[in-house]
Amino acid sequence: MSKIIASAAIRGANRLYREAGEMLEKAIAGKGEEHRFEFVDTAFHLPMIYAMTGFPVKTLGDMRTALGFAKDLLHEEPSRHVWKPYLGEALDSGMATLFAEEILLALKTDAGLEPYKDPETGFVYNGFITDTIQRNLGIQLVDGTMPGFAAIIGAAPDEDTAVKIVRELQEKNILTFLSGNVKGESVTKQLLRKGVELGWDTRIVPLGPETEHTLYALDWAIRASLIFGAKKPGDYKAHLKYQKDRVFAFAMVLGELDDIIWTTGAGAINMGFPAVADTDVPVVHPSGVCIYEEVDKEFDHTKIVQKAIEVRGLKIVVEKPPIPVAYGAAFEGERIRKEDMFIEFGGQRTPAFEWVRMREMDEVEDGKIEIIGENWKELYEKGGKMPFGLIIDVAGRKMHKDFEAVIERKIHHNINEGQGLWHMGQRDLNWVRISKAAKAAGITLEHLGVIMTTMMRHRFRSILDKVQVSIYTGEKEVLGLMEEARKAYAERDSRLGSMVDESVDLFYSCLLCQSFAPSHVCIITAERLGLCGAYNWLDARAAYEIDPTGGNQPVPKGQLLDARYGRYTGVDEYLKKSTGGAVETLNLYTIMENPMTSCGCFECIVAIVPEANGVMVVQRGHQGMTPAGMKFSTLAGSVGGGMQTPGFMGIGRNFITSKKFLAGDGGIKRIVWMTKNLKESLKSAFEARAAEVGAPGLLDKIADETVAEDSEKLLEFLADVEHPALGMDPMI
Amino acid sequence: MEQRIKIKNASEAAQKIIEWGEAEGLVTCFERAEKMKPCPIGETGACCKVCHMGPCRLVGPKAEEEATGVCGAQLSTIAARNLLRMVAAGTAAHSDHARSMALTLLAVGEGKTSDFEIKDPAKLMRMAEILEIDSSGKEIKDLAREVALKLLEDFSRRDGAVGYARRAPAKTQERWRKWGIVPRSIDREVVEAMHRTNMGVDHDPDHLLLHALKTSLADGWSGSMMATDITDVLFGTPKPVRAESSFGIFKPDHVNLVIHGHEPTLAEAIIDVVAEPELVEYAKSKGAKGINLGGMCCTANEVLMRHGIPTSGGFTNQELGVMTGLVDAIAVDVQCIMPAIVEMAKKFHTKVITTSEKAMTQGATHVAFDEHHAREAARKIARIAIDNFPMRTKKGKFVESDKAPVIAGFSHEYIEYMQGGRWRASFRPLNDAIMAGRIRGVVALVGCDNPRVPATGLFRYLAVEFIKQDVLVVTTGCGANAYAAAGFLTPETALEHAGPGLREVCEAIGIPPILHLGACVDNSRILTIASAMAAEGGLSDEIGGMPAVGIAPEWMSEKAIAIACYFAASGVPVIFGGGSSPVGASKEVTNLMTNVWYERFLGALHFEKDPEQVLALSLEYIDKARVNLKLKKYEPGRFGTERVLMDMAARRELERAAKPHLGVG
Repeated sequence: MSKIIASAAIRGANRLYREAGEMLEKAIAGKGEEHRFEFVDTAFHLPMIYAMTGFPVKTLGDMRTALGFAKDLLHEEPSRHVWKPYLGEALDSGMATLFAEEILLALKTDAGLEPYKDPETGFVYNGFITDTIQRNLGIQLVDGTMPGFAAIIGAAPDEDTAVKIVRELQEKNILTFLSGNVKGESVTKQLLRKGVELGWDTRIVPLGPETEHTLYALDWAIRASLIFGAKKPGDYKAHLKYQKDRVFAFAMVLGELDDIIWTTGAGAINMGFPAVADTDVPVVHPSGVCIYEEVDKEFDHTKIVQKAIEVRGLKIVVEKPPIPVAYGAAFEGERIRKEDMFIEFGGQRTPAFEWVRMREMDEVEDGKIEIIGENWKELYEKGGKMPFGLIIDVAGRKMHKDFEAVIERKIHHNINEGQGLWHMGQRDLNWVRISKAAKAAGITLEHLGVIMTTMMRHRFRSILDKVQVSIYTGEKEVLGLMEEARKAYAERDSRLGSMVDESVDLFYSCLLCQSFAPSHVCIITAERLGLCGAYNWLDARAAYEIDPTGGNQPVPKGQLLDARYGRYTGVDEYLKKSTGGAVETLNLYTIMENPMTSCGCFECIVAIVPEANGVMVVQRGHQGMTPAGMKFSTLAGSVGGGMQTPGFMGIGRNFITSKKFLAGDGGIKRIVWMTKNLKESLKSAFEARAAEVGAPGLLDKIADETVAEDSEKLLEFLADVEHPALGMDPMI
Repeated sequence: MEQRIKIKNASEAAQKIIEWGEAEGLVTCFERAEKMKPCPIGETGACCKVCHMGPCRLVGPKAEEEATGVCGAQLSTIAARNLLRMVAAGTAAHSDHARSMALTLLAVGEGKTSDFEIKDPAKLMRMAEILEIDSSGKEIKDLAREVALKLLEDFSRRDGAVGYARRAPAKTQERWRKWGIVPRSIDREVVEAMHRTNMGVDHDPDHLLLHALKTSLADGWSGSMMATDITDVLFGTPKPVRAESSFGIFKPDHVNLVIHGHEPTLAEAIIDVVAEPELVEYAKSKGAKGINLGGMCCTANEVLMRHGIPTSGGFTNQELGVMTGLVDAIAVDVQCIMPAIVEMAKKFHTKVITTSEKAMTQGATHVAFDEHHAREAARKIARIAIDNFPMRTKKGKFVESDKAPVIAGFSHEYIEYMQGGRWRASFRPLNDAIMAGRIRGVVALVGCDNPRVPATGLFRYLAVEFIKQDVLVVTTGCGANAYAAAGFLTPETALEHAGPGLREVCEAIGIPPILHLGACVDNSRILTIASAMAAEGGLSDEIGGMPAVGIAPEWMSEKAIAIACYFAASGVPVIFGGGSSPVGASKEVTNLMTNVWYERFLGALHFEKDPEQVLALSLEYIDKARVNLKLKKYEPGRFGTERVLMDMAARRELERAAKPHLGVG
């Protein structure tokens, strides 16, 4: 680290330490040492301090202790001549800075000053990032749909450059955090003025207007090693190694730098995150702290994104269909409001459906896109609404009829990833919109076909040899074909229904998470989807066909050792090998003995409520208390990290209504408490399943947060409604 | 006219004093070296004087094939035996120093001295961990006692291995076991060495030389290493200090007390007492402004590393220091003390004070020093110096501006720290820099300075050449003193002289291109650093095979030979410069110590007079190691890590690479 950078980092740390101390003493004078503080929705206290030192900051008094750690890391600036070494000292200062910034932001949050609200525009920044968001992003972090993270600090030279940089990051699927300012100007403001949609949905997240707000991004990153990596708080070496090896984050510093930027940067460099600036800064090229350069520069704004990605050692392969708008997962969350809409299809406004059909090889002409309908061009040019029948015919030597549904589900992503294109629903309940901006950029109906042929071929490259698209626009034709499609859907569903654990020979593993959660292995069975909710048995099977050495591997069931608890020799053998002996045996159908482990991105947690002789289910994002006496974020801490914890388990939402859900423990009748959100979203499937087990009104007998948030009230309620669990065999 | 003045010392300040002394008729080692050439027979190892049938001299054009001693000993036997005796002597010197340190630690642990304390308890705990002593729940003093007793076992253990041998990389240890050179204990190997070289015992040169390696390993991996560690524990593990060096550090208006020799305990006690107000007042009462301490030789290194006490230079500076006329007293303990200083002191007002019961010199004042009454003795010494202050005369050659700034204090621990701070301390950046070709290799330029060459001149020449070619230099002992006086131990040196790759690394960390690691006993730090580099990965997984070379360009002490041998046995090719080879008479022994040792241990010991050849051979070793390790070819100014960009599959592989069983379906 050049002396200029080190000096700035050391100075900045001293300043922030002082500021944090002053603000803290004021707060203590006002509220007392015992005054408690926690960031919203996190089980990790002040995450950076907690991960690095293992010290949980719970009160203002604790903050004083933690600030003491920062003090020990402060140093003197290197002298002008015959200086003493400064790299280690600067990195220490960087860490002191992160501690001080974390305390500063905690104090500001406590004082109601965070998340920051722009007094002029009223724009509210994101502020602290919750555990829920972290876990929500889980699967995207590992399957390549969110390969990297950028923290942009400062302001671009002009609005257009800001937009260009951010669009390029979006196209590369990178999650971008914004913070800092240059004399009041910032990328956030530049994008807002250009009407760019900001937020988690578009992967552009403004954290706050000051450099210090970058800490929120680092706080987010460090929770990856706490949550997915299961690194112990205080095991700083393990955390920092995880960050360097697995969290592909980098900083892009636009505009002039000051001491606070350098010292925050030094903190980030501790984590292995390099910085690329667009100004003439001293560079630090020798590697070893970061994987490659620590600090580099790139004046050309058309090259700075690529430069930053390379400096971080990131490989991003983006398949982009030849269409006139930007394309990438970051555009998936974009909404198209009615006034911005040029044309729409389906959504109860016009008849519409989408259908993937398997055909013989000679029945499909690869790449052919056909649009069938009278005057379709004129109708499209007029805008408004149109009927829409989308049939995708596919063929391939490794194609299988069961994959139709897997492929069909990708239509949603294929369309949504186009900028100005929007899709929701599925099958005959689909709804597509094209924005005015996309139309102006030249999007036609054919482009929807182009997207399908390109992206399906790409996503299912070793399954599909040929993809042909037909789009029907005539109302009568669409209605006719829709009937045919409905027959196919029904047939598919009944085949899927007959696909049970007993009827298949193979289960699949899911190792996708191993880039983030190295010690967890998911076992996906015909009746149990992955705990992240993203991969069911068919998905895993298709993924295996696509990439036989990839993240999903077949697991021969072997012999059934225990039908009630679901223990198979093949599964045990596989797990023993793949976890290096950490997991010896697994019971698929119980929570009580050797249950499935978790990575950290589970959709729901099932936890035993011993007093009620049953279990409770809470989904990620629920912030209230539960009858287990812990909030989701705290519960999650005892479930993740590849450990088998009897009585606690992470699951995918849809597993709740599976026949195999706790089959060995008594099935869904064991559920005594479940959030309202889950009850509502699973209602029809749940009621059907309840009827099957002879407990028709079960859903109403299950308590939720409106009835009870502690076990006492819960028991009262259960007794009142005569919940079946009370009369079942003891769970323990 | 000027052309005729012979340069005897590469240091301008030293040369000035030498020239002044010659004009004054003062005889120094420089003049004595000029007048007395080395004995040509003993110089190359051809003289045997282990019994009184001789001394036998095996000379002549076919001496190796035909000549024998009276007993029939061949040249190869005699040369190997002589070398083994040097190793035994050198090992004994370092290790006896170590024994004093272990006994001091024991005294602290047993509460038998109040003059010393544990300054680095964390390091003591690390030592305990290495020595497999459970430190949990133990009082620090009790732990010190236990560690001291465990280390003392290293002197007299009958079988087994010295405790620190396990610090070496597994593959290095494997080579030692294969060739039977794992040292059992210091005293045992030294005694056996003396026995084997006694008249009529061991005659096989290879067998003798293997024991030379075994004995030297007892030095490097036990004696020297424990001396370093205990000194760090008792007096603090070094971290960078800024200080001054050369003769200009003496202060005309202060009492100048020079501490010279090797063991740090005396010096540490003196440092403590000269700050006492009574002594300062006493100095003032004698007309001095205060007491100024200056180090010399390896004592200088010990106190420079830990306290920033200025150094007045290395071995060949001892007479010259007296000749400044400003040294009121020079307190010495053991090793590398020229008896000549007593004679020189008589020509000035300087008092020479011996302190070790092992080391007396006629004509010197003796103040007995031991760790139990350290401060008492130190005060006595300081008072002698103060009392002598008023006796100063005008005689002497002193130039106040003859001094250079120094950054010293690079312990193993700090070198690790400086590469990543408290949280990311590691050897990754250094290994990376070598792999990427920023740093071509590492050279240890260590050992004595020698009046037979322009003293410190070979050090200067080689360092400049190496750093120009992107070779990182580490230094200890009098080599470090040489670089200090030359002004090379500053970060600015990197900016002025280093090649572009090395310069980038030095700028990134803020270091000089030459790192001062401590006294000659601290060459053990090089062993642990090399082991850490092997463990870090990416280079060799043992000490052998690293792009690294050890060089003592101006060696003279038997201790240097012991160091050379433990480097070689550990896997470092070593090149000794200066005079002739002490085994040069025997081609067989020379072959054993170069080619055969290299085959077995990836280390060697060459003797090479021509400094340009030293340079060439070193670079050849370094580049050969780079080729063998499949590292990027070194090209000046062209370096950089080849990027391996990671996609998601590659990231999952990270884990599979670490745990090969993962994902096995």
